[in-house]
Amino acid sequence: MLLLKLFFAFIQVGLFSVGGGYAAIPLIQEQIVNIYGLMTLEEFSDLITVAEMTPGPISINSATFVGMRIAGIPGVLICTIGCIIPSFCICLILAHFYYKYRTVSGVQVVLGAMRPAVVALIASAGASILMLGLFQAEIQDVVLGNIRVVELGIFAAALFILRKFKVSAIAIILGSGVTGTVIYALMGAI
Amino acid sequence: MKKDYSKLWTLFKSMFVLSAFTFGGGFVIVSLMKKKFVEELKWLEEDEMLDVTAITQSSPGPLPVNASVIIGYRMAGVVGSLTAILGTILPPMIIISVISLFYEQFRTNPYIATALQVMRAGVAAVIFDVVINLAGNVLKTKRMLYIIMMITAFIATYLLDVSAMIVILTCLGIGLIDLALTLKKGRVA
Repeated sequence: MLLLKLFFAFIQVGLFSVGGGYAAIPLIQEQIVNIYGLMTLEEFSDLITVAEMTPGPISINSATFVGMRIAGIPGVLICTIGCIIPSFCICLILAHFYYKYRTVSGVQVVLGAMRPAVVALIASAGASILMLGLFQAEIQDVVLGNIRVVELGIFAAALFILRKFKVSAIAIILGSGVTGTVIYALMGAI
Repeated sequence: MKKDYSKLWTLFKSMFVLSAFTFGGGFVIVSLMKKKFVEELKWLEEDEMLDVTAITQSSPGPLPVNASVIIGYRMAGVVGSLTAILGTILPPMIIISVISLFYEQFRTNPYIATALQVMRAGVAAVIFDVVINLAGNVLKTKRMLYIIMMITAFIATYLLDVSAMIVILTCLGIGLIDLALTLKKGRVA
């Protein structure tokens, strides 16, 4: 039965995608294209493009997209629920133990050592996005002459506003999208 | 831990809005959650948010969903978890359901492509803002070990492409050694 197939496919995606959205892509491809043959490879690459262009976690986006294309709204619900069931069970258990033991001083010592790493991981994600924004390239392919001045200006202005005033992050993100598009449109570059 | 159901609506609303406007991977939403739940609502401590991030990154499944489960649990137990998850998954479900019907036009629209490209500059600014505060606090601990770990972890993930999972597990190992040494010195009872 189709819905059941989808459900089990996405439980596996949820269960085995450790380490962020991009790790989930090959897994989804394996389940949806190779094992169950629910989509062609071409449809799948469309899906990834759309999932990257829209907000939200890539695996939820994929679950919704695949579910909708294959079985409409029931498909969307089945795929998404399948995708989050493993997260829900595992994180609930981890949350329980974390809040039970986090004040124990020994646990604090261990957690303390992990915090600088988390800061570094967030910084690294920020640096990657900045390079994509300013050069449309990853760090190893950056050519300084290709810097996009509009994006650089928006980045500097946005960071200044964030440090100086209490503005919501969402207003900054949307504001930079709108401002940049208007500038490029006025320049006749779209 | 006290449960506070009066916060459920704020929890749902916050997750919904964050999820609806978060472009780019899991660490973007973590930065936004930090701004929302630590700085704005003051529901969580900063250290707690970092711990939650470490846990979510080491668990299977989408990072924002994992973080919702834990933050929701913290605020209102299992009901809180379910509320937070719902807030997180509804926006992508709605947006993708609509777009999947006409994704060809969406994918090829030049205005959307430009907006998404320039938005990265704004997203980067938000993350940098959060990182400046977080890194400042690590420096304030004045512990050489932590400062070196932070710099090494950054080089490893950003320049050497080491996976986040490996970085976190390595630091977990260092933390355990640190604990063993501390116990030996008798600093921790």
